[in-house]
Amino acid sequence: MNVATMAPSATMSLSSAPTALYSPKAWAAIALVVVVFACLPAFNLLFPAGHPLHVSSFAIGLIGKFICYAMAALALDLVWGYTGILSLGHGLFFALGGYAHGMYLMRAGKASADIVPDFMTFLSWKTYPWFWSFTEHFWYAMFLMLAIPGLLAFLFGYFAFRSRIKGVYFSIITQALTFAAMLLFFRNETGFGGNNGFTDFKKILGFDITSANTRAVLYWVSLAALLGALVLGRAITQSKLGRILTAIRDSESRLRFLGYEPLGFKLFIWTLSAMLCAVAGALYVPQVGIINPGEMSTENSIEMVIWVATGGRGTLIGPIIGAGTINGLKTWFTSVFPEFWLYALGLIFVLVTIFLPQGIVGLVRKLSQRKGQTA
Amino acid sequence: MFLIYPSLKRWLLTVLLALPLHCSLAADLVEPSVLKGLAGESNTERVESITALGQLTTPGAAAVLAALGAGNVLITSDNKVLLSVDGGKAIDPTTGETVVAPADAQALTLNNRLRSALQSALVSAELFSTQRSVRLAAAQRLQKEADPARAPLLERALEKEQDPDIKSALNIALASGAIKSTDAATRRRAVALLGDSKNPSFKPLLTAMVTPDATGNFSESDAEVRAAAKTAIAQIEWHQTVVSWVGNIFFGISLGSVLLLAALGLAITFGLMGVINMAHGELLMIGAYATYLVQGLFKQWLPAYIDWYVVAALPVAFIVTALVGMALERTVIRWLYGRPLETLLATWGISLILMQSVRSLFGAQNVEVANPSWMSGGVTILGSLSLSYNRIVIIGFALCVVVAVWLVLNHTRLGLFVRAITQNRRMADCVGVPTGRIDMLAFGLGSGIAGLAGVALSQLSNVGPDLGRGYIVDSFMVVVLGGVGQLAGTVVAAIGLGALNKIIEPFWGAVIAKIAILLFIVLFVQKRPQGLFAPKGRSAE
Repeated sequence: MNVATMAPSATMSLSSAPTALYSPKAWAAIALVVVVFACLPAFNLLFPAGHPLHVSSFAIGLIGKFICYAMAALALDLVWGYTGILSLGHGLFFALGGYAHGMYLMRAGKASADIVPDFMTFLSWKTYPWFWSFTEHFWYAMFLMLAIPGLLAFLFGYFAFRSRIKGVYFSIITQALTFAAMLLFFRNETGFGGNNGFTDFKKILGFDITSANTRAVLYWVSLAALLGALVLGRAITQSKLGRILTAIRDSESRLRFLGYEPLGFKLFIWTLSAMLCAVAGALYVPQVGIINPGEMSTENSIEMVIWVATGGRGTLIGPIIGAGTINGLKTWFTSVFPEFWLYALGLIFVLVTIFLPQGIVGLVRKLSQRKGQTA
Repeated sequence: MFLIYPSLKRWLLTVLLALPLHCSLAADLVEPSVLKGLAGESNTERVESITALGQLTTPGAAAVLAALGAGNVLITSDNKVLLSVDGGKAIDPTTGETVVAPADAQALTLNNRLRSALQSALVSAELFSTQRSVRLAAAQRLQKEADPARAPLLERALEKEQDPDIKSALNIALASGAIKSTDAATRRRAVALLGDSKNPSFKPLLTAMVTPDATGNFSESDAEVRAAAKTAIAQIEWHQTVVSWVGNIFFGISLGSVLLLAALGLAITFGLMGVINMAHGELLMIGAYATYLVQGLFKQWLPAYIDWYVVAALPVAFIVTALVGMALERTVIRWLYGRPLETLLATWGISLILMQSVRSLFGAQNVEVANPSWMSGGVTILGSLSLSYNRIVIIGFALCVVVAVWLVLNHTRLGLFVRAITQNRRMADCVGVPTGRIDMLAFGLGSGIAGLAGVALSQLSNVGPDLGRGYIVDSFMVVVLGGVGQLAGTVVAAIGLGALNKIIEPFWGAVIAKIAILLFIVLFVQKRPQGLFAPKGRSAE
């Protein structure tokens, strides 16, 4: 499958640049990979089914999904890989972004924006509740998509970082937050479709959401967003701000003694990461066509962490590779040996943490360094 | 044979079904003199006869009454009473013999007067029954019917009754009828009695007495009775409040004891190594599955002692989970000391593997673990609140485990070393504490306690591969709230969270209660980031 080609091509490009992860050569390789991936939907549209160059719609949907996962992983890398804050709750921000977009999609498909969806009819709600107001406008929904997760992350982060909750304590509290949110969204009375969530989307900005053209555009937008996030993440981590974030990761107390107050920095990167994750979620929902509280399950959030760990944290490119690899494996396993997938995932968790602390990127780096020494 | 009869119809049916059995017994015959009235000329004679039958309380009399209700009583031309059965046959209730029904026999038809006499007779047959449960059920049914016409019957039953429970039930039944009396003093007494009964089912009746209608008139004309009714309502409401609070506190403590059991092992491993073991929930699950296996072994080999399989499961579960935990520590966790976040991920991976292994071995469905007979059922207190034995046993069990852990930590050499390492690992190592071995043993201890918790959980909830997942977030919350390395913190946090959860639940629902508690914890750690019982002085970070 095309996904399988994604990881090797990216890693190969890295191995050609052994010393610096982001040398001009490496940027060129990244650009090349982006171009290749950008071409795929075009191949899907231009060549009819059966043609050797045809890329199936299924593959496009799958890769589009993986791109969204990769973006979430990248967002997580900013807080975990660079700042040392392990969040077990990024699934919540991902899902909140998805729900915000889903609110618009639910109303966009209806003949009139005032027709309530079935789950509200079952609750005998005649009109949309207040928190649904204006969501029929796309740009307002997009604003919500950024504002709600951002605000939640800011408030939660403010209270957590202010009282210097860190390490595993912070991880556990984020996990509990996600868990509580999942319970809340499972309730029908919360007004987000309960168990079933949102599905059966028809239109986005007037276009048919199932048509190949729309899907290609969504794919391109996701790819552009991922590239944008990579460039943004790179800019942040290379700036002075990025150095302070790394210092927080390596020794927060020492930084404090040097006269810095880490609260603001942590809050900034934490909130930004949550918003990036929400964007990923918002791009994910129209491509898979469903959003439900299952996305907020604790399992999902921890899986995101393993994407980052497998790819190599603190590298930005690693999480993208990791998300592709793990999800590619997942797709393959669940179609071939469904009952072995959890064994495999469990083993990946154990082996990566013990033997590959720097992930795939770290492994490639080490190998190429060794090659450089022997040569 | 006699159970609780919810309705007259079912009562009749049961008696009819039991008919052949009773007729074969000599003691179940009816004196001809009692039946004479039935064949008599006037309704008065018949009513007397029916009433007499009602007071006999013998199965034979009951059979005649049942036949009367079903219209199966035949009167022959020579004034004998027969009970017709299928196929043209009839039974003579005086001899118990089955005879051919004479062609000229007339069926006895009931008019309204006879029918009401029959009903009273059936009720009195129940009230004077020799079986306690039948009498109690009849008294309780009459409370609901609240028929003032039953008063003489109830009074007679009250005179004869010895059992205090039935006596009070009869009194309330009397009062529920007397409330409609024309005499204000009787009504007042009745209202006071209903208030004393503390039975919430009388509340609507009493409320109707004190609520004015549209024109401002009360259905109860006497002001004193109304005042008494108000007092009675307050009495009933107070009782309801007490019951619900006692119930909340009990269920809160029960939940707390479960959380405590689940979190205790975690507190030890986390306190010692600063490691969050995400596979802890799966250790609970393994403990529960060990219980299931022991139950199976007992069913197979020791069916006579099946009631004690839970006791046998305790050491088995402890040893199995302790071994799993020690294996985990040796193979995975020891490589990750000093990297708590990585340990968290690795142990999560292990939890996935354990969960999937259990699924492969036992299937994805829940397995059935039954309560032993001494743990099923419950005790009813305050009239309506039932506390199940399994919850009570588990509260006691949690206390025992806490005491045992306390003893191990404070009065054994292992405990001394564990505390030393918790306080200062490097210094303990310097003075010769074998930290590696102690880590393994302590991890085994913590895991073993998880196994014990699993045995307890198997008695409360479903046993399936997902069992552990439901408890993991909650038990972490307990550890975070309680603070590390302090047994007291874990105990207080667990019981506190459990009680708080159950106290909030009735007002806001289960989900909001969970969210509220999470917010409470986040706000709490603002004030005390180290938990409830933070270590003080040098050992504090």
